[in-house]
Amino acid sequence: MIRFDHVTITYEGAASPALIDADLHIQEGELVLVVGRTGSGKSTLLRAINGLVPHFTGGTLQGRVTVDGRDTSAHHPRDLADIIGMVPQDPMSSFVTDTVEEELAYSMECLGIDAGTMRRRVEETLDLLGLADVRDRPLLSLSGGQCQRVAIGAVLTAHPRVLVLDEPTSALDPGAAEEVLATLQRLVHDLGVTVVMAEHRLERVLEYADRILLIPGDGRPPILGEPGPTMQTSPVAPPVVHLGRLAHWQPLPLSVRDARRQAGALRDRLADVAVDHEPATGARVVSIDRTRASYGQIPALRGITLKVSQGEVIALMGRNGAGKSTLLSTLVGLRRPDAGTVRIAGIDPATLRGPKLIGRIGLVPQDSADLLSRDTVGAECRDADRDAHCAEGSTAGLLADLAPEIDLDAHPRDLSEGQRLALALAIVLVAEPAVLLLDEPTRGLDYPTKARLAEILRGLAARGHAVVIATHDVELVADVATRVVVLADGEVVADGPTPQVVIGSPLFAPQVAKVLATCPGERVPLTVPAVAAALGVAG
Amino acid sequence: MPRMLHPGAWWLWATGLAIAASRINNPLLLLLIIAVAGLVVAARRPRAPWSRSFGVFLRIGLIVIAIRVVFQVIVAAPIGVTVLFTLPSVTLPDVLAGVRLGGPVTAESILAAIYDGLRLATILACVGAANSLASPARLLKAIPAALYEFGVSVVVAVTFAPQLVADLDRVRATRRLRGRPEGGVRGAARAAVPVLEGALERSVALAAAMDSRGYGRQAERSPGVRRATTAALLIGLVALIIGVYALLDASAPAYLGLPMLAVGLACGLVGFALAGRRSTRTRYRPDPWAWPEWGVAACALVTASTFLAASAMGMTGLVAPVDPPAWPAVPPLAVIGILVSVLPAVITPPLPRPRIPVGLTREAVGA
Repeated sequence: MIRFDHVTITYEGAASPALIDADLHIQEGELVLVVGRTGSGKSTLLRAINGLVPHFTGGTLQGRVTVDGRDTSAHHPRDLADIIGMVPQDPMSSFVTDTVEEELAYSMECLGIDAGTMRRRVEETLDLLGLADVRDRPLLSLSGGQCQRVAIGAVLTAHPRVLVLDEPTSALDPGAAEEVLATLQRLVHDLGVTVVMAEHRLERVLEYADRILLIPGDGRPPILGEPGPTMQTSPVAPPVVHLGRLAHWQPLPLSVRDARRQAGALRDRLADVAVDHEPATGARVVSIDRTRASYGQIPALRGITLKVSQGEVIALMGRNGAGKSTLLSTLVGLRRPDAGTVRIAGIDPATLRGPKLIGRIGLVPQDSADLLSRDTVGAECRDADRDAHCAEGSTAGLLADLAPEIDLDAHPRDLSEGQRLALALAIVLVAEPAVLLLDEPTRGLDYPTKARLAEILRGLAARGHAVVIATHDVELVADVATRVVVLADGEVVADGPTPQVVIGSPLFAPQVAKVLATCPGERVPLTVPAVAAALGVAG
Repeated sequence: MPRMLHPGAWWLWATGLAIAASRINNPLLLLLIIAVAGLVVAARRPRAPWSRSFGVFLRIGLIVIAIRVVFQVIVAAPIGVTVLFTLPSVTLPDVLAGVRLGGPVTAESILAAIYDGLRLATILACVGAANSLASPARLLKAIPAALYEFGVSVVVAVTFAPQLVADLDRVRATRRLRGRPEGGVRGAARAAVPVLEGALERSVALAAAMDSRGYGRQAERSPGVRRATTAALLIGLVALIIGVYALLDASAPAYLGLPMLAVGLACGLVGFALAGRRSTRTRYRPDPWAWPEWGVAACALVTASTFLAASAMGMTGLVAPVDPPAWPAVPPLAVIGILVSVLPAVITPPLPRPRIPVGLTREAVGA
């Protein structure tokens, strides 16, 4: 279906190729998962399938890409629109029209499909993706999961034979992610669509893949292979695979279900090992008392009460729109609550400005690039020194600790997601805030970068900072959080130590806990390093 | 049966009112036109982001009036004798002999400026009303295929404006997060860079998405047809220009006027039709043009022709007296001509009810 003949792609002005000697053949009806580290060329490979690379991005493509017999060098993306459906990373940025129904019809209108057929396919797609209830809603009013499904539906109506998706679940809460993945699996099974998908959160998608396309990113060409053998050596792998490698399970488990069947012996070995202990916490730094906030008529927070102490790492979880971001912006004083009090170290944050504010509380926003406005990393660091009234070079020094490889002359836009996050962290941390807030920090981060972030956050907590993370990433939560607060509809529905909240929860439990726990509330390690520590071996 | 009216009908209706407004400066009639437009907007406005533009255009209208008055006070020659106050006047060099700066300011000239500004504001209100009633995206579906690509760029530009405002808010918020002053000119200038960068990135992403989805696919055309299209469009344009020039310039020979205009229009239409054949687009659920649309168009025709005829025949009362100022008369025929355009508030089908109440946008709930 999709054939890459020794394809090497080099962007203009780039020192090395973005994709090296890809030589592979994807069969019809397969679900192929593209894995690799950030910046290894996953998006480049996806965008080469429908010719966006090089027609749209520039650069040179050596070799040949053919899809269903059509060569992308002779066909523009628009000429391939009838066989390839491309769903970009941020569905919101790809919407052309303003309502769900119109968006679903847009591709068909471009392809010149007659009115009767269009009508029928839109109705079919609305049912297939469960969007019938929202058919005439403006796209701006949809939730993240709905947006993603509309973006998939919008390309499906053209009846493409190939569906290409770039990180379809990264921005979604665990529930919405499962919705989208179930939809994709149905397309592969019922309609025989070929799906090529890149995703960082392998724990969510690995079990659905027929084959894995691994991009090593170290100069070696991409490898297309069976999931088991490929995962054996992959530099990025979900926790369940790491657990399998640690316990020398054969065949290597790819899903929680596979792993549970082999986990009996490991469970017994872990049974008598004391697992974790209550972390020591210091003085209380954040107290929120019966806080309410609303947007016009719509309540966002309905009476939240929360205390945070020094040394705690708190994970705020809950579906998209549950009030996590609102809570964070209330904490930094960007919003004044309608009722209730918010105190950071005894002071109302809404009354604070300048160095007084950033010395108490810092927020790394969802898109860390928002914080940056200068054209070099060095200038950004000097600005941060000035803003926080610190000695010149403090931020640069901090950044060198967090990410020593960053060049101070680089443009912030040229940094990888992880490096940009490190820069944003350094800028926020230079003011020594007592409380550090992070909004969805792991979007677009691969496992090694995430592990690094977790290490940094643990270090901050140990030095007495309080950290609050709003996230959908259950593996990060299991790794660093000491306490989990679950929000739903603007209310706190669960608040307790991480193991207590996540073990036994079908949505919030990390993979390791799902494999090891046999009954709810049982004390088991939550991460692979914790298992390794409990067994006394190197993880 | 409840349905959305064809957007073209709403634009015709608004054009009718705007033509009426352009022929008069009687403030009572102008205010009546604004009231009629407001009434119809209140009755048939869909609940969508663009439907709030009527209020925005009214506010812009107020600004226009204010600017018009300020200009009158500073530069225009005064009319009438009731001097309110005198500004220090500046003597300009001989080259600018016709221009006056400062000097006496009279009540009459200010009144005239207000009337004049009000006329512009009324025309703006009509545009705002059409904007509120007709979705820009639906209008795009109704324009000729040859103009489609131009239309897309307009619609994309329109949908980007609210996104820019949201970006600006976000960047302002991050200034607070970095402990910097949130307002100020320098702050705004620094904020502009990331906002513009964001807008640029988004438009590139959108262009890529549109290309991937088949936007701009074209049917094969023979070179003959291609040449014929270009020739028809070019000849049409030239003939139109000559025709319009001849009509406006009384000394031009008569055969250059209307005949050239007709030739130009005909060539242009042929060119459009040929160019439209190149596009292979089809339309999903196009809006029908049925009795309510004809009715709305008829109302617009009555309103516009009433005022065109009345002003051609020199009906009294269309222009309010400013020197000396007097309470403007209200000619009944003009009132009836305007009131006809309130009929669309009742003769058009009611709006379909959204199946699920439309909530706030995702940004607004902070998701």
